[in-house]
Amino acid sequence: MTAALPAIETTVRLLGDMIRIRVMEERCAELYQQTKIRGFLHLAIGEEAVSTGVVSRLQPDDAVVATYREHGHALVKGIDAARIMAEMYGKVEGCSGGRGGSMHLFDADHRFYGGNAIVGGHLPLAVGLGLADDMLDGHRATACFFGEGAMAEGEFHEAMNLAALWDTPTLFVCENNLYAMGTSLESSESETNLAVKAAAYNLPAWSVDGMDVVAVAEATDRALTSIRGGGGPVFLEAKTYRFRAHSMFDPDLYRSKDEIERWKERDPIVTFTDRLIEAGHIDAEGIEQLWAGARAEMDDAVAFAEAGTWEPVERLTTNVYRRTPSSGHPAPETERGQV
Amino acid sequence: MTDTITYRDALHDAHREALEADDRVLVMGEDVADYGGTYAVTKGLHEEFGRARVRNTPLSESGFVGAGIGAALGGLRPIVEVMTVNFSLLALDQIVNTAATYLHMSGGQFNVPVVIRMATGAGRQLAAQHSHSLEAWYAHVPGLRVVAPATVTDARWMLASALDDPDPVIMFEHAALYASKGELSDGGGPVDLDRAAIRRPGSDITICAWGGTLSKALEAAEELGSDGIEAEVIDLRTLRPLDDATIVQSVMRTNRAVVVDEGWRSVGLSAEISARITEQCFYHLDAPVGRVCSAEVPIPYPSHLEQAALPQVPAVVAAAKAAMNR
Repeated sequence: MTAALPAIETTVRLLGDMIRIRVMEERCAELYQQTKIRGFLHLAIGEEAVSTGVVSRLQPDDAVVATYREHGHALVKGIDAARIMAEMYGKVEGCSGGRGGSMHLFDADHRFYGGNAIVGGHLPLAVGLGLADDMLDGHRATACFFGEGAMAEGEFHEAMNLAALWDTPTLFVCENNLYAMGTSLESSESETNLAVKAAAYNLPAWSVDGMDVVAVAEATDRALTSIRGGGGPVFLEAKTYRFRAHSMFDPDLYRSKDEIERWKERDPIVTFTDRLIEAGHIDAEGIEQLWAGARAEMDDAVAFAEAGTWEPVERLTTNVYRRTPSSGHPAPETERGQV
Repeated sequence: MTDTITYRDALHDAHREALEADDRVLVMGEDVADYGGTYAVTKGLHEEFGRARVRNTPLSESGFVGAGIGAALGGLRPIVEVMTVNFSLLALDQIVNTAATYLHMSGGQFNVPVVIRMATGAGRQLAAQHSHSLEAWYAHVPGLRVVAPATVTDARWMLASALDDPDPVIMFEHAALYASKGELSDGGGPVDLDRAAIRRPGSDITICAWGGTLSKALEAAEELGSDGIEAEVIDLRTLRPLDDATIVQSVMRTNRAVVVDEGWRSVGLSAEISARITEQCFYHLDAPVGRVCSAEVPIPYPSHLEQAALPQVPAVVAAAKAAMNR
């Protein structure tokens, strides 16, 4: 069943954000080919309805703890595309000062806690943020994203148990794209109904169509209402699919072209565009404006990143400690950073 | 005026004071509430400060250490108790991949002011999964501060300094020390976590020790003294960063050094300290740096084998005499 459309301002915003993510990530792929972006680059093309649907429903002071496939979450949370792009370049102007790269986007002002690249490792952290909000009399929630692959990690189970025991205000969002790198859901989970698995921890858990941005947004609203009402953590599974390979190094041998094509027919941007036109929320010209606006935004972002500065090597060992110890090894000229 | 107190009670008082001084402080870990803490450090504190702030956790080392890190990021000042360093390996990912990296990965935006305490060391016939000294594993990692209170005074005052540190602090408490007694001076206060302490001055040889090996080093020094050898004993206190200046200044005076480490010899702290002394004092050394470490074996259960595996006073005395060519 398709959820009813919300008001026009909301639907156009949702579509616009998905388009911004798509344009940004397609630009990233090009920049990777041009060797402007290096390291690992994980694209979420095809999964935009999940990041957009959830993050757009958060309040500014809610926290996001995400995975290494987090460009879209960062963008929708409000981090400037230019600072995201500069981070991918490794420039000082990046949202993590250039030290993190694609996998480690951070921003304190937007309470964006990564960009975490140990699968499952950030789930306990999200519980702790919730614990702090609870104890400091906050009303804030934390949205924690992870792939279905993380559900085989012990840290998933430990975090779910703690969150449910302590009633932390945590929204666990499983972005189930069916493959943990190249390992299919069937070969990594004894119970492939992930909401059923999560419900064992005695918290509300349900699945939603992750290719339908409105369905994701509504499910998020419902979850956040429960969380803010003191109902404790919620688990949401968003069924989705990544159209691109796992990373830029992945030859994508583990799934068929047919399967990929079938999912592309459910492209969350294409289907939502059609739906909004049909409902009279936007016309072809409006659609083109969204794409043109996103392209202009990303042009500016790339220009900003290109013009950015490389951090001087003399600063190599900064940001290891907030309070730099006065003791330690007197490092020779050629051997910086000993402590 | 001085007062005699156990190491355990000194830690207890430090926790009580921390909870009283700052609402953001909470203690979390396995059995810290009703049970009183595995080593009875937190006994009774839940009655005074409530179960939210003296918070029992399930047996989920990775989960609750990670939650402590998250809580620190969220504005609290958590003290996380892990039963022993052996169990902390279940939380190694959280400590090494998250606590130690967040400030750096975020370009300086997110520091992690968490204190993670754990017992370490052997001596109580607890065999090979409860007795190891793995301080060096953590001392290897940039981004962590690693401390080891060896005296009741440091047990009493180091916690406040650790809580005041904006970065993650790993605190090692040798399990054999909890019942030890010592004199606590009046008017104690913050401990400088950048500095080692000279616990016994001497001019003939430098003995470096920390945590559980400090008392053995001091005992060996007394014995050496009766043979006319004046040993200077340094309590490292902080294992990362190492206070090279104090060690080097001492060795420059004594020209000889022995390191006493309950960890294994291979690739451990004794190797690191020895290398630093050699790098910085090479032309002042009258003998190779001596090392007294645990035997390269998992700690065995029978008392006589366990004691044989650990650094002992006669071995320290022998190493010092060898360095003195006596």
